[in-house]
Amino acid sequence: MIHIKLSRSKNGIRRSYFADFGIYLFLTAFGLFMVLPMVYAVSNAIKPLEELWYFPPRFLVNHPTLENFRDLFVVMSDSWVPFSRYVFNTAFITAVGTAGHVVLASLCAYVLSKHTFPGKGFLFSIVVLSLMFSGTVTQIPNFIIIASLGWIDSYSALIVPAFASSLGLYLMKQFMDQMIPDAVLESARMDGASEWKIFWHIAMPMVKPAWLTLIIFSIQGLWGIGANQFIQSEELKTLNYALSQILAGGIARTGTGSAAAVMMMIVPIIVFIISQSKIIETMSASGMKE
Amino acid sequence: MNRDVAMGGPAAVRRTRGAFGRKLAQGWKAAKKNKVSYLFAAPYMLLFFTFTALPVLVSLVLGFTSFNLLEAPMFVGMDNYIRLFLGDDIFVKAIGNTFLMAVMVGPIGYAMCLVFAWLINELPRAWRTFLTLIFYAPSISGNIYLVWGVLFNKDAYGYANALLLRYNFISTPILWFENPEYMLGLVVLVALWTSVGTSFLSFIAGLQGIDRSLYEAAAVDGIRNRWQELWYVTLPSMKPQLMFGAVMSITGAFSSGAIVTALCGMPSVDYAAHTIVNHLEDYGSVRFEMGYASAIATVLFLIMIGSNKLVQKLLSKVGE
Repeated sequence: MIHIKLSRSKNGIRRSYFADFGIYLFLTAFGLFMVLPMVYAVSNAIKPLEELWYFPPRFLVNHPTLENFRDLFVVMSDSWVPFSRYVFNTAFITAVGTAGHVVLASLCAYVLSKHTFPGKGFLFSIVVLSLMFSGTVTQIPNFIIIASLGWIDSYSALIVPAFASSLGLYLMKQFMDQMIPDAVLESARMDGASEWKIFWHIAMPMVKPAWLTLIIFSIQGLWGIGANQFIQSEELKTLNYALSQILAGGIARTGTGSAAAVMMMIVPIIVFIISQSKIIETMSASGMKE
Repeated sequence: MNRDVAMGGPAAVRRTRGAFGRKLAQGWKAAKKNKVSYLFAAPYMLLFFTFTALPVLVSLVLGFTSFNLLEAPMFVGMDNYIRLFLGDDIFVKAIGNTFLMAVMVGPIGYAMCLVFAWLINELPRAWRTFLTLIFYAPSISGNIYLVWGVLFNKDAYGYANALLLRYNFISTPILWFENPEYMLGLVVLVALWTSVGTSFLSFIAGLQGIDRSLYEAAAVDGIRNRWQELWYVTLPSMKPQLMFGAVMSITGAFSSGAIVTALCGMPSVDYAAHTIVNHLEDYGSVRFEMGYASAIATVLFLIMIGSNKLVQKLLSKVGE
């Protein structure tokens, strides 16, 4: 028996066990709603072919196998661009895009947070405003701009715009406001350190949880990138694109499709598990400040 | 009112009296003095303006033109907007669907994030970590929502159909994503499933950042139950996160389009799940009527800003 003690006395308010039971039930019900489709995806991914055709379909797997994952790499490599190429593309875009984003957004956030200069308020409020619309709104002009830069069918079309996502700058700035005391920067300046040195050797180490969070969000965003309007060559397309192609193959490809879906979801989840506590530490410093 | 005049009045007068040239010279001097600041901000801001701010401006301008990507844009004034609202039945339907979805997904998704975060926060640490992952995972798992397409597959091998057939609720499989009766509801369900994301994390963080002594003080001041505690202490202390979460939820709710395309096809049967984003994609990437599509984008943009302003006003009432 697992006993969860919900009633807490630290606030000095008594709670009824009846309500606690209700909360537990509620969380369990919604937890199942959230987790069951994912369990189903994982279970499908490790089902052997004959189990996928059971009628009525079984939710859980009887004889797990890694056949579907092998199919992704082996069978698909004979007929199409090798599956590993999609994995490489996505990994490359994610790594470079994340690295660039963290460095550029931190640099900009640092001066927005710790320097005073004309136009600073204007720049930050535009970034905040841009949080309010989705990429869909700017899809068409983005296409025109990227086309006129000559970036169609290149990694740059997906990587460079990712350097300047607004969520990252926003979180970083809020965190630096809160976590870096001005006195530390002042004393470093008195000692004659250059601004770059102060940024890189003093400010950045102080906000380690913040850029860890940025890395997480950036990886989550880029790992799922599809954006096939910018990329025509099959060998430059991403994992997400490959997955949707496999799933579009219908019920016959359920096994490989599920395996691909699991590959898609596993990376962001692992990254999140590793860094969960750090993220939450950062998020508490963020928020809309008016 | 009086204070405004006392503080802002004379300063404003002084500002208008200042010569433009002098201001320019001052500006240049300030820029030179702050060159390190500008240097640090430049790479990000340059890319931000190129790929975010400029596209918005271009889109606003293109909304007044007729443009097919091949010939130069031709100015047509308000024609696109007139056609959108008076001559395009499908757009009117898309607006209806979008609002219907946004009203369901936005507030319910937001409430889910808040309630889950609030309840999870009371659990012991290990459980908190575990449940945070469970609730957060669907939103970060890429297009794993496609698994819903398998669960609700239209033939007898779809999980929902098999279950209903087995217990004789139905005699023929239901075409879940092709029947206008079910598809919008299912899309809302899937959208809700993926909606526990960034705002949820920010709420958890906000809750953990609340100063414990506030609760003790509130108990002394006569807060009696957990609802009062929530309204008078917890929510006001996490207002910044509430705002941030609202912006994220609204933006997400109004831009659901990918889920519709992935599950119901494009266009969905009888346009029963067609959203503004779907309409935008239809004209933008299928018909190449860029001017018209930009007008659609502008309408969507205005709706999002309007809803955000409204919600911020509502949120400012929290704890009062």
